[in-house]
Parts: sequence; structure tokens; C-alpha cells
Amino acid sequence: MRAFLLGGVLTKVDEHWDKTLPNLMAEAGLKSLEAAGLSTVDAVYTANVYGEVLQEQANLASILAEELGLKGVMASRVEAGGVSGLSAIQSAVAAVNAGLAKAALVVGAEKLSDVTTEEMTSLATMEERVEYVGMLGVSQLAEAALLYKEYMKRHMVKQEDVAYFTVLSHEHASTAAHAQYPFKVSLESVLKSPYVAEPLHRLETTAPADGAAALIVASEELARRLDAPKCLLTGLGFANDLITPFDREDPLEMRSITYAGLRALEMAGRKRTDVDFAEIHDTYSIMAPLTLEALGLAERGTACILARKGYFSLSGELPVNTFGGLKGRGNPVGASSIYAVVESMLQLTKNAGKNQVDGAEVGLVQSMAGLGAFAGVAVLEAVR
Amino acid sequence: MPTVRDAAIQGYGCYFPRYRLRGEELARFWGKGGSELPVKEKAVAGLDEDTVTMAVEAARYAIRRAGVDPSAISAVHVGTESKPYAVKPSGTLVAEMLGLSRNTTSADFEFACKAGTEALQMVTALVEAGRIEYGLAIGADTAQGRPGDALEYTAASGAAAILVGRNSPNAVAKIEYAVSFVTDTPDFWRRSYERYPMHASRFTGEPAYFHHTISALKTLMQENGYRAEDIDYFVFHQPNVKFPLTVAKVLNIPLSKVTPGIVSDVLGNTYAACSMLGLAKVLDEARPGQRILMTSYGSGAGSDSFVITVCDGIEEKRNRAPTFTTLLNRRREIDYSTYLRYRDKIRV
Amino acid sequence: MTGGLLSPPSVWRLKPFVYRLEGLRCDSCGHFHPLNRFVCRKCGSKKLVRDRLPERGRLVHFTVVTQAQHGFEHVTPFIAGLVQMDDGTYLVGQMTDCDPENLTPGTVVEAVVRRLRADGDSRLIAYGIKFRPVI
Repeated sequence: MRAFLLGGVLTKVDEHWDKTLPNLMAEAGLKSLEAAGLSTVDAVYTANVYGEVLQEQANLASILAEELGLKGVMASRVEAGGVSGLSAIQSAVAAVNAGLAKAALVVGAEKLSDVTTEEMTSLATMEERVEYVGMLGVSQLAEAALLYKEYMKRHMVKQEDVAYFTVLSHEHASTAAHAQYPFKVSLESVLKSPYVAEPLHRLETTAPADGAAALIVASEELARRLDAPKCLLTGLGFANDLITPFDREDPLEMRSITYAGLRALEMAGRKRTDVDFAEIHDTYSIMAPLTLEALGLAERGTACILARKGYFSLSGELPVNTFGGLKGRGNPVGASSIYAVVESMLQLTKNAGKNQVDGAEVGLVQSMAGLGAFAGVAVLEAVR
Repeated sequence: MPTVRDAAIQGYGCYFPRYRLRGEELARFWGKGGSELPVKEKAVAGLDEDTVTMAVEAARYAIRRAGVDPSAISAVHVGTESKPYAVKPSGTLVAEMLGLSRNTTSADFEFACKAGTEALQMVTALVEAGRIEYGLAIGADTAQGRPGDALEYTAASGAAAILVGRNSPNAVAKIEYAVSFVTDTPDFWRRSYERYPMHASRFTGEPAYFHHTISALKTLMQENGYRAEDIDYFVFHQPNVKFPLTVAKVLNIPLSKVTPGIVSDVLGNTYAACSMLGLAKVLDEARPGQRILMTSYGSGAGSDSFVITVCDGIEEKRNRAPTFTTLLNRRREIDYSTYLRYRDKIRV
Repeated sequence: MTGGLLSPPSVWRLKPFVYRLEGLRCDSCGHFHPLNRFVCRKCGSKKLVRDRLPERGRLVHFTVVTQAQHGFEHVTPFIAGLVQMDDGTYLVGQMTDCDPENLTPGTVVEAVVRRLRADGDSRLIAYGIKFRPVI
């Protein structure tokens, strides 16, 4: 499987009070077309999770098409929780590779700016079985805290070692112009931030904001004709698991992430050791080691120690979340994995500026819905 | 009123929240001297509790003691003046939470603090008439005291449940006689849309509590030829500690027969649950063959009086569920501000 | 707007589980499901029978939640727990009538019905189970 990606665009993750959701989508979409050197596409996909709830707006992709001045195109909104972006890319890739479209625009966008922290906690819980955990008053946040406790107990890892992933995220975000929090934080300040659900501290979780990111999937023939920087999508894998982690045989295993990763790498014909950098979906600090270990990028129980040794920094053996990931760069939920893919495109086309990973040829993007309820992994490579 | 033909207490249960507000703390907040307190402390429902949840807890223990399947129970009457819904019967919520039969007769009763014993009258009659095999009578309240009012010292939360069935050798206690005494006496009332009740002052004593309690008790004892010596325990409704002890003095009843059934010194006045909680406490210690006379009082006004004879089943059934004392030892003191929050009294 | 988790039909549908821990047990593999469904999520069997979880279990982990979700602002902080019921099924729920100092993995707990949420002064009260150390 091969697909060509170009026209990657990122909007600063921020509170864009003056922009509506259609504005955010359109702005990113227009910039993407311009960056790709295209005036039109055959299909438009929007990745968004909460538009129907918060903006009371359905039919988002058609609206984007209208905002872009397009007519007669195929348009569809894709929602798969935090995996919405990768799922939208899958739809675009399938359309292009099936010959249904020569070029497909994918825009991930989310508008969370006026949402209170309590509402955001409930919105995240919408990815869980609301008639069970939601009804009984347990949020996704509380479940993440329970996973955290199990992880610390089983692997005898200290709280501060898990919390270190926040420090790492901010380290990378501090030189990223589009990041929500472009500044470093110390481990002390993370541990001093108030608990949200102990042992999770506030600084170990993401905060709501607006964001939009876009890219275009083009057929090989079209991509090769365009001058714009481009890269290849060579592997795509998805896998679901039981929604509530505690219904699975082992709540820490994160099988969905493992299977998605194996499928994507197999499709790309790549080994784990070929991966030069990884963008992972760290909704809560504890998800970072769980994800890295599920992907086989670290032995079970060792990811935190490796992180503290610098293994995952920009200058380390395997840079992770090179622009800050969800914690530092931001988590506009439906858009988050589009951000991750565009950031990978920047790495692979040598446009990552101060965040450049030297010799980046193969990148891995992972995202997840819920706490491992569903996962997607993409393998991207530089065009040679 | 005739002898009760065939009805017995097959199970009993009590429940009250773990939170306690001390009388001294109330006095401190309102700037009163803490010397003459009507009760030591009162039980306060937690944020997630109400009349329905407490009724279910008490009923669960009653069912456990009785050892019957909930689906065999086909009547549930909850007596309360603090229904979570003014319109929507607490009984149906209780029935579904417990898993009672669908063919259950249910309605909520209101008769101030004697609503629970009225429920007992009804359920006893249903069993006697052969209409049901088992029925639940529950008295439960999260009594609301107006901030700063004298009744704030005593208005408390609690629930008591009695599972009634036909007589059997392993019953907890046989219900022998039941009488009611009712008048229109305006000692304490709450108009429909008001949050807190109104009450008279010393009028609530002689013409209200004492007149009805003593009249019901006297009727029952005279009709059946009982003297004080024939009864081992006297349980009264207890809006405070003084009133039931005064009844004892007036009727020459030895205090030793009354104090075992006193609960409001440590719980406050649990309104519709009150006298039945006193009964539960007595059943925790009473021996087969002993006789208990319970007399409730509800403002508005009236009293129900019952004579029950403890049966052999008590010894085995008593320990199937937490006793009054076990629940009492589950205690967590709160301050006045926490009490305001828990009882949702901060409204603008 | 009508609809939502606390609408009358929704509250009504969820009663068997949230009141009495009733659900569907897979006849083939024994896995318990809290909500109505057609297929066992563990083994794929379509033979599901009505069953009820035991009332008691043991606490596995708990957390003191200080960041509430919408609707639970007024009962924060509260304790969320992971409980293994006596039949082996794992459930998450809120803890009640206990303090973190008295809880430890292994504490025997029982399911009790409490007020989960009261949707304002005029809408429905949602009741459901919480876990409490056995009295």
C-alpha cells in the first residue's frame, strides 16, 4: 500500500474566539490546497468528534466543501474518537487508491475553547460506555487514574517517573510555533500541580482548546506532477478492543495498540527498529508508557526509565512526540492525529526546524480512542 | 380495634447515615449556650442519600433477617414526610431497587412521625386479610430543620423497615394488638410549597404528643387488660429524650423498661423512622416470650400503639444483619457548614 | 432538548443494572455484560441469559477524584473504585460512606443504591449503585 501525502498545514492550538468551526476548517483547508499547489480536490473528509454536541452542527464535511467554494465533491465527516484523524486519512487513501478520487483533502478540526474543565471531562467520557461508567459517575479521567495505580503497582514504577513524560512533552513543545504550550515545565511543577484524580496531576492531562490541521492525499500520478514537498504513507493499521479497560483480560496490555502497530508495520514492510521517531496519543501521562510498551518500542515496565535517561528526546535513540504530542502541542481531539501526521510530514521533508530529528526517514503515528478501546497506527516514510 | 388475628414480624432492619452533627456544634454556630440540649447529636444524610436510599438499606436488612426472596413480597408502603418526589411514589423505587414482585401494592403514607407505623397498620391488615404473603412497612425521613429553629437540634435522618408475614414458629415477633388514636390537632404542619415546617410552641406537648400517646397506649392496655408489669419494653416516639421519659413517669412505668428503646439521644428525631428504630434497638436485645409495647406519635395528630410478643425466631434472625449498635458505631462527625452542604440548605 | 442519558426513557432502560446489578451472562464463556446486547463481547456467542452479579466484592484500586465531570461538581471530591465482584467480574463505580484512609486493596465492599445525580430541582433523580465497605 502506498499513498502520497502533501500540503500539510497546522493551526496554532489556541482559543480562537473569533473563529467558528467552519472558519477553522476552511482556513486550514485553503492553506493546504495552496501548499499542495492545487485549486480543487475530488473529496473532502473532516475529522471531528464534538461538532454535533458543542456547535450543534452536523454535516461538517459538506459545510467545509461549501466554505472552500467546492461543488460536486464527495464529502464525509469521520468520527472514531481520538483516532478520527487517522480514520479520515484511511477514507481518503481508500478513495484515492480505488480511483474514486485523484486528490482528497483531509481536515481535522475541533472547537473546545469555551468548554469548562468539568464539561471536557464529560466529553472525554463520551468515548467510554456512558450508560455504564458514565451513569455510575466514573469518568475516563478516573479510569486513567486507576490504570496508573495498576501500572505503578505491577511494574514498581514511581509516580514521578510517569509524570516525567509531561516534562518531555513540554521540552519538545517549547520550540514548536503551533504548540498550545510552547514552554518547558519542570518535574517539580508537574508534581506540585493539583491532583485531578490521584495520582494524576493536572499537568499530566490535556486542556481543551481549538485546533485545525489539514493535508491532502493525492494519487501517485498527481503527486509526482506537483512541486510541493511530499511524503509516503506506507502502512495503516487499526484494531478495536473492549471499551472499558477493566473488562479486558489485562487492562494494561493495550492490545488494540499492539495489533494496530503490527498491522501497519507489516503493511509497510518495516521493522520496529526501522522507526526513526514516533508520535503517540498521550491523553494522560500514563498513556505514554502504556503506548510505547504496547507498540514494542520499550519493554513492559521500562518506558519511564528510558524516558528519564533521554531515550525518547529529540537527540535520543527514538524521539517521541517531536513537537510536544497531545500534552505540549495540544489535543483538539478530532484533529489530534492529523496534527501528528502533519508533524511527521515536517520531519520527513526536513521542515521541522528546531525540532528536526536528524536522518528521519521512517515515522510512526499512533492514536487511540478511549483508553485503548480503539487504536490506529500509520507508518510514514520520506520520498526518495 | 380488634385483636390482630395472624400477622408477625418476620424481619426487621434499621439504617441511618454515618454523619453526626453534635448539639454543641449547633449551639456554637447559633451562639447559644450548649447546656440544655434536647439530644446529644443527630444523624445527617450524606450527599448521595435520601428517604428512598435509606428505606432500601433498612428494607434490605429486614429481608435478609427474614430470609425470604424479595420476589415473594407484594406490598411496600413507605411512610415519610420527606419524599424525594412530591409526586412519584417512593414505594415503586424501593420495590424495583429491591426486586419485589411486580404484583405489588404500594403507595406512600404521610402522617408526620407516625407515617411508618401507619404503614405497619396497613401491611399487617393486608397479611391478616390474606391478600399478601409478605409486606414491607418502612418509616424513613431526612427531616429538615429550619436553620436557627429549635427543631434543628433534633430533625434527623434514618429509616426502619419491618417485614410482616403470617405467624410462624421462626417469626421474630407476633403482632398481638394494634390500635390508633387520631384527632385534628394543629401542633406541627408544612404547607405545600414551603421548604420547612411550622410548629406551635408548648402546645406541641400536652394537647399533642402526650394526649395522643397516652390515649392510644391506655386504650390498648385497657382493652386487653394489660398492666405495666405485663410489658417488658415500652418504646415511644422520641422527638427529644425528655418526652418519652415524661410519659413513663406519668403512667408509672419503670424507666428501666423505657431506656432500652431510647434512640434519639444519639440519633436525633428520625421522624417516621423514630419509634420503629426504637423497636429495632429493643429487638436487638429482647428474648423470646418478652412483650414490647410500641407507641408512635405523628403531628396533625395521632398515635399508633402495638403490642408484640417476641418469638423464638429472633435469636437466629437478629445477627443476619447489622444491629442498631453496629450502625451507631459507624460514626463520622461533621461541622455545621458541612451539614448545610449535605442537606442542601444553601440556596439563594 | 429531549434525549440524553438522564431522559425518562434512558433512566428507565438502565434500571436493571444500575439498581440491581442485573445483566446478561454468556452461556458459553460465563462473561458478564452490564447492558442489553445480542452477542458476547468475549467469545462471540449469541447465547446470553439474564443474570445478576453478587452484591459483594473486593476493592482492587481506588482514586480520590478532585476534577469532576459535568453533573458531579457538587459531590466532589469523590472516590472512584475498581471492584472485583465475588463472581470475578470487574466493575468501576463510585465509593460511598468511606474515607480514603480506611480503604485499601482487598477491602470487602458491597453494592448499595444511592443518588447518583439529581438533574436540577425539577428533573429526574438518577439512582444507582455505589460501593461501600461492608458494615
